[in-house]
Amino acid sequence: MKPAPFKYHDPKTLSELVELMSNLEDAKILAGGQSLMPMMNMRYVTPEDVIDINGVNELDFIKLENDHLTIGSMTRQKDILSNQKIFDKAPIFREALNHVGHIQTRSRGTIGGSLCHLDPSAEIPALASLYDASLTVVNREGSREIHIDEWVLAYMMPSISDEEVLTSISIPVWKNPHGYAFIEFARRHGDFAVCGAGTLVEIDANDIISKVAIVVAGVDVKPLRLSTLETDLIGKKATKDTLEYACSSAKKIEAISDVYFSTQYRQRLAGTLIKRSLEVAIERARIINNDG
Amino acid sequence: MADNREITIKVNGKDMTTYVETRLSLGDVLREHFHLTGTHLGCEHGVCGACTVVVDGEPIRSCLMLGVQAHGKEVTTVEGLSKGEDLHPIQEAFWKNHGLQCGYCTPGFLTTLFSFLENNSDPTEREIREAISGNICRCTGYQNIVNAALDAAKVMKGS
Amino acid sequence: MGARFFGADVLRAEDRTLLKGSGQYVDDIRLEGTLHGAFLRSPHAHAIIKSIDTTKAKELDGVHAVYTYDEIEEPLNQPIKQPYPHPLIRKDILGYPLAKEEVCHVGEAIAFIVADTRHIAEDAIPLIEIEFETLEAAVRVREAALPNAPTAHKDSKDNIAAELNIKFGDIEDTFSSADHVLETSFLQHRGGCHAMEGRAILASYNSSLDELTSWSATQCPYLIRRSLAGHFQMPESRIRIISPDVGGGFGPKAGFYAEEIITAFASKKLGKPVKWIEDRQEHFVTTNTQRDSWWDLKIACDNKGRISGVRGKIITDQGAYIPWGLLLAFTSMTPLPGPYKILSMDIDQQVVFTNTVPNTPVRGAGRPNAAYAMERVIETVSRHLKIGSAEIRRRNFVEKKDFPYKTGLIHFNGTPMSYDSGDYHQLLEKALDLADFDNFFERQKQARENGQFLGIGISSCIEDTGNGPYEGVTVRVDTMGKVYVSSGAASQGQGHKTVLTQIVADQLSVNIEDIHVEIGDTSKFPQGVGTVASRVGVNIGTAAFSAANEVREKALNLAADILETDLEDLEIEDGIIRDKSRKNLTISLGEIALKLAPMSGGAVPAGHSASLESTSYQASNGMPHASGSNVCEVEVDIGTGEVKVLNYCVAHDCGKKINPMIVEGQIVGGVVHGIGNALFEEMIYDDGGQPQNTNYGEYLLPLATEMPPIKVIHQETPSPLNPLGLKGAGEGGTIPAAAAIVSAIENALTEFNVVIDRYPVTPEYLCNLIDKENQIEV
Ligand code: FES
Ligand code: FES
Repeated sequence: MKPAPFKYHDPKTLSELVELMSNLEDAKILAGGQSLMPMMNMRYVTPEDVIDINGVNELDFIKLENDHLTIGSMTRQKDILSNQKIFDKAPIFREALNHVGHIQTRSRGTIGGSLCHLDPSAEIPALASLYDASLTVVNREGSREIHIDEWVLAYMMPSISDEEVLTSISIPVWKNPHGYAFIEFARRHGDFAVCGAGTLVEIDANDIISKVAIVVAGVDVKPLRLSTLETDLIGKKATKDTLEYACSSAKKIEAISDVYFSTQYRQRLAGTLIKRSLEVAIERARIINNDG
Repeated sequence: MADNREITIKVNGKDMTTYVETRLSLGDVLREHFHLTGTHLGCEHGVCGACTVVVDGEPIRSCLMLGVQAHGKEVTTVEGLSKGEDLHPIQEAFWKNHGLQCGYCTPGFLTTLFSFLENNSDPTEREIREAISGNICRCTGYQNIVNAALDAAKVMKGS
Repeated sequence: MGARFFGADVLRAEDRTLLKGSGQYVDDIRLEGTLHGAFLRSPHAHAIIKSIDTTKAKELDGVHAVYTYDEIEEPLNQPIKQPYPHPLIRKDILGYPLAKEEVCHVGEAIAFIVADTRHIAEDAIPLIEIEFETLEAAVRVREAALPNAPTAHKDSKDNIAAELNIKFGDIEDTFSSADHVLETSFLQHRGGCHAMEGRAILASYNSSLDELTSWSATQCPYLIRRSLAGHFQMPESRIRIISPDVGGGFGPKAGFYAEEIITAFASKKLGKPVKWIEDRQEHFVTTNTQRDSWWDLKIACDNKGRISGVRGKIITDQGAYIPWGLLLAFTSMTPLPGPYKILSMDIDQQVVFTNTVPNTPVRGAGRPNAAYAMERVIETVSRHLKIGSAEIRRRNFVEKKDFPYKTGLIHFNGTPMSYDSGDYHQLLEKALDLADFDNFFERQKQARENGQFLGIGISSCIEDTGNGPYEGVTVRVDTMGKVYVSSGAASQGQGHKTVLTQIVADQLSVNIEDIHVEIGDTSKFPQGVGTVASRVGVNIGTAAFSAANEVREKALNLAADILETDLEDLEIEDGIIRDKSRKNLTISLGEIALKLAPMSGGAVPAGHSASLESTSYQASNGMPHASGSNVCEVEVDIGTGEVKVLNYCVAHDCGKKINPMIVEGQIVGGVVHGIGNALFEEMIYDDGGQPQNTNYGEYLLPLATEMPPIKVIHQETPSPLNPLGLKGAGEGGTIPAAAAIVSAIENALTEFNVVIDRYPVTPEYLCNLIDKENQIEV
């Protein structure tokens, strides 16, 4: 299990990087290496050129301004996990990222890597979807912004060309303190989840849901925002019936299947997890209301 | 045509320079070029954790990092934990708690815990189990490894 | 003086080196000029090789040789020899060192490339041009067993490798007179080896001496030597196999594989050492696994739940070849009665070829299957007659007064299965106490009120350990008083060196630091079997005890002559022999050794024999039977189907323990292996015979986060069969585990009437069982 030969490049700046990208025919970007390296070791992927972007420091940053969180694509998962500013404004990040791999993979794995690899059950794309994030992609000619919904073209396929590089993700975080929960089911700790569900919610003093976002991962080829359900929930009282309603509507999602899990099981799981994440998020929202 | 580079890595406190093919993983470089065979390759696809080494203070999988990427960095391998005949408290605790059987996974557990315990002086059992969840051991059933880590934490905190 | 080290938690002698990272596993060993090998392996489950062209691969810079079947010379171009021949094997099919014409499973070796580095060797693989004609594959074993199924081998008419039967008692009478006849059917899947070090070989042939030395990550170096001698038609004395530090064994690393031949062949051809390190993907598709077995059993019992008879049929997936003969098939049948007194049995087993990786023992071999089957029988009766799961076992156990107890079955070594000693009733009570079983049901009720589903499961088992024929040990004292111990039993982490040291130190009354142990090297000891089947502790323990005792006797006898005292007045302390009453009258073991040493022109004192040493092959006088009762508690999340094992209690009886710390390590590790079998490990093939999960992200080994606290308590009924009272302990954790977990899950889901009919129990499978008869709210 040794990688095939390749030529190694290690640009130090973004401009060097895009220059290289436009000149090389068959290049792969090496970010944290947690997905690409295994595939190269197994020779599933045998690029002629490997462009290591770990030296491009300008891609490694976390910025929070005016309720807008911008994270450079080379920011390590561990840095997001431990960032207090992100935790204060968007605590769901910590809860979700705790499920990502293990300490040895989070210390290398990057947010951009996850967003480009696009495993259907991955947490980071799910968070991006939950927040209606947009991504910035750059090539030699300039840059473009792309909404997360359009970013995922198909199973593990991002909307990016061979000459482009993902530079950052921009996340409009919620202004007010809110309830949140990210719950997932994986066979073992740190495994890719079978299915995960994230919820953000605000409720008013009368326990009425005033704002809500729900995402489910691992059910479709890409993270799914449940916008119809969200609309339905607005104005509803946070009761057991409401949770059941969310659960049963989640069970109707058209789900994928593979050798490990059937459509039917994923739907059942989506129901369970969405209900649970909504329940926890509402409970946390209540605590915030009571404290505030 | 093979793509080669000269790299210098500070391994266990000593600068080591070699000329390597760029496709070699850090694990391969440590083993083949520096003859530090304590770092084991158990899966070469980033799951078993046997190859864990500490790079600039962070535990990483040396099968998923290229040797050239470690150029200019500081690497601690299992060989760097003990000082001469003196075992590191974690190694000592593994010995006393029978935390190893075949020993193949052991270097990865030691390096992972070395870096984890440096940053977490008072871990709970659950935290230790999560910290080592990226390391597979087929022999021990983990229990004695967890006990060893709890013991080592106490010793390290005391010193 | 009593034992000082026997029975104590002596820290392992092996560990310091391993902890410092200076262990020497095969891949760590460096020989000047070593070349590295990689295999081209079959991508097809079943195919004919139409043509193969290695020209381009040979031309690649850094490639030294590419071998295919055609390049393998006489006498090596023969199929691999069956190491365990048996008259019941109908089709004794084993592969060739490299595939001759037909490939019968994905991963079968077709060509071997030797190059300067492993990287280059792998670069050459895609340069080999090869054309296949694919054949229909036999994949699902129950279909493969049918008369008109596609055959796993093109020249076979069917896939039946062997048919076995075991029986005793009057089965017809038992069933016709039974109060109840019940049934249970289930699938067992044991999974693969997954030692953290894969297989590994470094072969070095020295042409001027015509000698082959091979370092191999094997459990059985003597088997490798014997097999290589057969294949190369070379005397065994010219072959040296060393198993250095080995990173786990678990059964599949005990076999003889094609790679042993090919690396040695390449080294001989090229005149250089050749190394092949199995990578993890190869491990999944080439290292033997223990595959599916399907069980259909009928049970005869009375109204009180006393089981009188079991009859039925097993279909076993043999994979593509039969490299271990029928060992696995037999070990899944002969221990079947377990700790229970059963009056009659009649079981058939069909061993069936498929186009999957060959089936051979994994930790416990067939014993975990047999134990699981019997526990299913017990649980079936318990459920049907509504008798508690502890009580039903009490009613069926062999009683203490029954020992030695003959089950009526014959072991595959030809001797009757006879349980030497034990106390199954007391052992169960110990386990129940440890698990706080009596209060569980209150805990369960309370948890249920909070919406949690807790369950408890029991599993009781026996284990035939310490099987023969023997393992040898030499103990020799040198003139400095240092003690050398050598033995044929290689270690893969079980701490053989430590336990040998303990026994010898006690018998010779010397310090542990003065003992030097050599194992796992065929040049250091003439004969050996290997570390499999929980047999080594018993065998080397017994042989070491006897050899050391003989050395002691020899030394004391000579000392008595020299000191002119009575033998009875002498004692040894820290290597010094002295007269008990006249303490200044002493002679050291080293001095005695000098008197017996091979000094030119000297003479062996009259009445004594040469060299202060002894070799013993003394074995246990029959197979000591260990036993265990386990109780585990689980929580099932009915919303996801997840099973959490909350705690796991083991009461175990392996007689006298040489080193309790090591025994406990074996048990805990074994339990976790069993939990892996019950809940996680599954090697999946698609209908075409393509393995689906050849990586550790998808083939799930147990991790620390999912494992429960495991408590172990011991009962000690010494085996009367060997002087130290030993019984084996290496597999006692694994054997009962899956049954305990499965019963606990069923118990948690009692209200859903869930009956589990397969393991591993996956979350989806469990959800389907829950949903089948129930409209539930998650
Ligand atoms: S060898 Fe690197 S994680 Fe297994
Ligand atoms: S001690 Fe053998 S794999 Fe951990």
